[in-house]
Amino acid sequence: MNSQAPVMNEQQEPAVGQPYTRNDKASHDLSFSVRDLNLWYGKNQALKNLNIDLFQKNVTALIGPSGCGKSTFLRCLNRMNDLIPSVRTEGLVEMDGRDVNAAKMDVVALRRRVGMVFQKPNPFPKSIYENVAYAPRMHDLVSRKADQDELVEKALRDAGLWEEAKDKLQEPGTSLSGGQQQRLCIARAIAVQPDVILMDEPTSALDPISTATIEDLMDRLKQQFTIITVTHNMQQAARVADYTAFFHLGEIIEYNDTKVMFSTPAKKKTEDYISGRYG
Amino acid sequence: MSNTFDDISQQLKRRHRKSTRLKWITMGSLGLAGLFLVLFFADMLNKGLPAFQQAYIQVEINYNEEAETDGRQAFEEEFLPVISRTVVRTIPLELRNNPDMVGASTNEWVLVDSEVDQYLKGNRSSLDPEQEAAIDALVESGKVEMRFNTTFFTNGDSKIAEYAGILSAVVGTVMTMIVTLAISFPIGVMTAVYLEEFAPDNRFTQIIEININNLAAIPSILFGLLGLAIFINFFGVPRSSPIAGGMTLALMTLPVIIISTRAALRSVPESIRHAGFGVGCSRWQVVRDHVLPLAMPGIMTGSIIGLAQAMGETAPLIIVGMVAFIPDASVSFTDAATVMPAQIFTWSGEPEQAFVEKTAGGILVLLAILISLNASAVVLRKKFERRW
Amino acid sequence: MQTNQLLLIFCGALLLLGLLAFFAGRSKATRIRSAGTAMYAQPDQYAWFTVLSTAGPAVLVSALGAFVLLLMGAKIPTLYLLAASLVMAAIGLMVSLNQVKPDFHARQAMELVIRMILASAALISIFTTFGILFSIISEALRFFQMHSFWEFITGTTWSPGASFLASAGRGDGSGAEFGSVPLFAGTFMITAIAMLVAVPVGLLSAIYMSEYAPSQVRTIAKPVLEVLAGIPTVVYGFFAAITVAPIIVTLAGFLGLDASYNNALAPGIVMGIMIIPFISSLSDDVINSVPDTMRQGSLALGMTKGETIRDVVVPAALPGIISATLLGVSRAMGETMIVVMAAGMRPNLTANPLEDMTTVTVRIVAALTGDQEFESAETLSAFALGLMLFIVTLVLNLVSVLMIRRFREKYRVNNL
Repeated sequence: MNSQAPVMNEQQEPAVGQPYTRNDKASHDLSFSVRDLNLWYGKNQALKNLNIDLFQKNVTALIGPSGCGKSTFLRCLNRMNDLIPSVRTEGLVEMDGRDVNAAKMDVVALRRRVGMVFQKPNPFPKSIYENVAYAPRMHDLVSRKADQDELVEKALRDAGLWEEAKDKLQEPGTSLSGGQQQRLCIARAIAVQPDVILMDEPTSALDPISTATIEDLMDRLKQQFTIITVTHNMQQAARVADYTAFFHLGEIIEYNDTKVMFSTPAKKKTEDYISGRYG
Repeated sequence: MSNTFDDISQQLKRRHRKSTRLKWITMGSLGLAGLFLVLFFADMLNKGLPAFQQAYIQVEINYNEEAETDGRQAFEEEFLPVISRTVVRTIPLELRNNPDMVGASTNEWVLVDSEVDQYLKGNRSSLDPEQEAAIDALVESGKVEMRFNTTFFTNGDSKIAEYAGILSAVVGTVMTMIVTLAISFPIGVMTAVYLEEFAPDNRFTQIIEININNLAAIPSILFGLLGLAIFINFFGVPRSSPIAGGMTLALMTLPVIIISTRAALRSVPESIRHAGFGVGCSRWQVVRDHVLPLAMPGIMTGSIIGLAQAMGETAPLIIVGMVAFIPDASVSFTDAATVMPAQIFTWSGEPEQAFVEKTAGGILVLLAILISLNASAVVLRKKFERRW
Repeated sequence: MQTNQLLLIFCGALLLLGLLAFFAGRSKATRIRSAGTAMYAQPDQYAWFTVLSTAGPAVLVSALGAFVLLLMGAKIPTLYLLAASLVMAAIGLMVSLNQVKPDFHARQAMELVIRMILASAALISIFTTFGILFSIISEALRFFQMHSFWEFITGTTWSPGASFLASAGRGDGSGAEFGSVPLFAGTFMITAIAMLVAVPVGLLSAIYMSEYAPSQVRTIAKPVLEVLAGIPTVVYGFFAAITVAPIIVTLAGFLGLDASYNNALAPGIVMGIMIIPFISSLSDDVINSVPDTMRQGSLALGMTKGETIRDVVVPAALPGIISATLLGVSRAMGETMIVVMAAGMRPNLTANPLEDMTTVTVRIVAALTGDQEFESAETLSAFALGLMLFIVTLVLNLVSVLMIRRFREKYRVNNL
């Protein structure tokens, strides 16, 4: 598909459960525009006809019971699903006027603009400094050593890890605690200055204190980045997200401003889920 | 952040090229390794296949009285340089054993001298042009022809190239392997059963485990030193005998069997054991009646692989003297014997061109046996493979 | 021989006693049980228990006797020894039959014995290591009594020369020099050449198989590579001497260089080919066990696949790769047949791989295959060389095991 123009238009019917309610304080530029996205693992369909618009410089939370396809959907946005041989995708995922799934799309360039933080912290087997400096250096974002030092410091400060790590930059990344490792991974992701950061249950492997730190961090980072996070924790979605999408069995049941969705859910299923009747 | 996809793709070109280059380099390496293998087998086949062919000559044998003392008298003068010396030498012996054959004459195909054989195979030989012309004429007349070399499989070693075969080495290998398996299989399986099913997790067990892993990596020649110093010099096991070689190889094969048996035992799921305990079996009964039968295919596979390894081993056997010259195969555990790899080693030291061919021929036989052993191990594993 | 006949009779008698024990034990147990008494074990278990206690002591006694006979050189006539064993068997039979009682745990007793047998089988591997150590060290010590250890370690001339005359009582063997440096130089040279072939080819093949190859290619390529490891070394030796060495000589001549037919390059290259699967197989396993999250982390930063492999996967797998390399080095140093057949006999301290060089293992074989007196310094020098080889390979193996263990622990921890 070579369509350059955004598909978003006024004539189109809003997709199921998408009132496009806008948060007045946030910027409303579109980050991703997803139309009729279907995905199969072999013969099992994991995502069914997804239609959703994701907004820039906001935190969007994807919630739903396990196995509902929220992580799979997240991985469609930077094509991490390519790594699984049996996966087949159909439909349009548009970013910056380009179809992400197009054959011409350079996956590496896409991932350069759409960073990702994983469920389990996965620092590289390198020093803390190198974990952060490696990608920017490879991307030619920095050329001089001084610039590089500066960038590492900025990324670590933005990720709230500088104070804890500044004295042991040369120690291996794995020497940090779990929560610190996850912040290192966030620092690593923001150091390449992406447009979007995808977070796949970033706090599920962490203790409550580390979780709180990372939630604060997400709140600050949305000034600079679009954050799309998957969470199994509804309280977390309510705390950090501007928008929330509720997934169930591979479909988006409801997508709305977080406050609206948690106070007056439009669908029975959503209400049941957020009130804890299943999940 | 202001970068568009096009800007970034532009910057990425060089990096994509490098990435693709790595893929091709790694693929090329695998190809190179494969090429080595192909070249190696091509070379061995090229050198070894002629060994399975041998020139024979059709001659009149006159068992006259002079032949009783001088075998040469039995043949026509002109064929003598062509006929193998061994054939000529055995005539008087044959006559002495069967005196009533005197006066008879037969028409037989007999072995041709190795130099002539090499000439016919297009290799370098010591023949002069005149002899070559005579032989060409014999071939023309159909008196000399190439046939399948049965001598190679029915004879033992010999200093006369066309008469040398691998039978005694094969017999020696079989005898040695019997000793090796008889020792290493029971001990190996018992050790593995102990370590996997009975041993408490203490220092002693750990030491045994480290020791076994280490034993698997000790250079084979050191096992030869052990065999020489302990079995031969200390316990007085006869030198060069299958029992000395077999015991030495058994110690080498032991770690292979232990390690594969343990893997096989470990692949039997714990639920089987629990089921056994649940109906009141003791640990030994569970192992004997449930775990061991289920692990048996894996144990067999490991043992065959260990056996194949031992069969190809040479260095420790040289040290315990199994490079002896054995013209007649002897089915004994205590007589001097040789094994296939040692026979190959001995032949490779002979200067004549005919022995180069014998060496490669012996190698082909050895490789064929090893490949079929390993293939049977693979088949066994495939057939009994069980997914729990 | 008479001993053989005696042994046969002994075995027969023991077998008879064993059968007797089995049936006597079983019938007694059956009798007691049919009388209505509850028993702790099955009749067959009592039967096996009696068999075990009949044969066990007898075999033990005869083995002990044989050992004493050989070790101490004591003169115990075989006949008496075997007779004593049979008496032991009979006593064992009596005692065990007496033990067949309802309140006797025959099964437990038997299983204890089985456990002991299994444990003693496990001890044999320990004995083997000690056997190797003991045999090598004791002979090596005898060598070091004749020649100084220091000279052996640092000497640069290896010429056993006329040392065999000394042991024959002629001459004092003073002309012999045992400096092992040139031998180790040859070993290291050939090992280095082998690793220069094996490590790049093996590692890159492993990377291809684990990171790029489709699964069908992988399932074929892996066993095919393993074939390289299964080829007997004597075959490689022949290949090196007959095929590779002449090619190298021709090539060197083409370049205007002078190469010996026993050059170090031919055995080195062929040994490298042999070691490829050791490196590739272990590296492949290690690379496969690098957690996938590591790769995803790198790819998600916009790294290309090549960069991910080079900068993340290989560094993560490095301990395992080093461990594989060390194992390869250990194997190359201990390899015998290839060098015996393709490398030279002349101790030669040189840095030119086109010259002929000899190695430690070549000299060990040379020293032990001659028609020399076992007591001669040259023969014993083989054990001194063996000792050095043992120590070097042991250290390499242990370091390798430690590295791979650290790799495993690291990723178990990292998986949380």
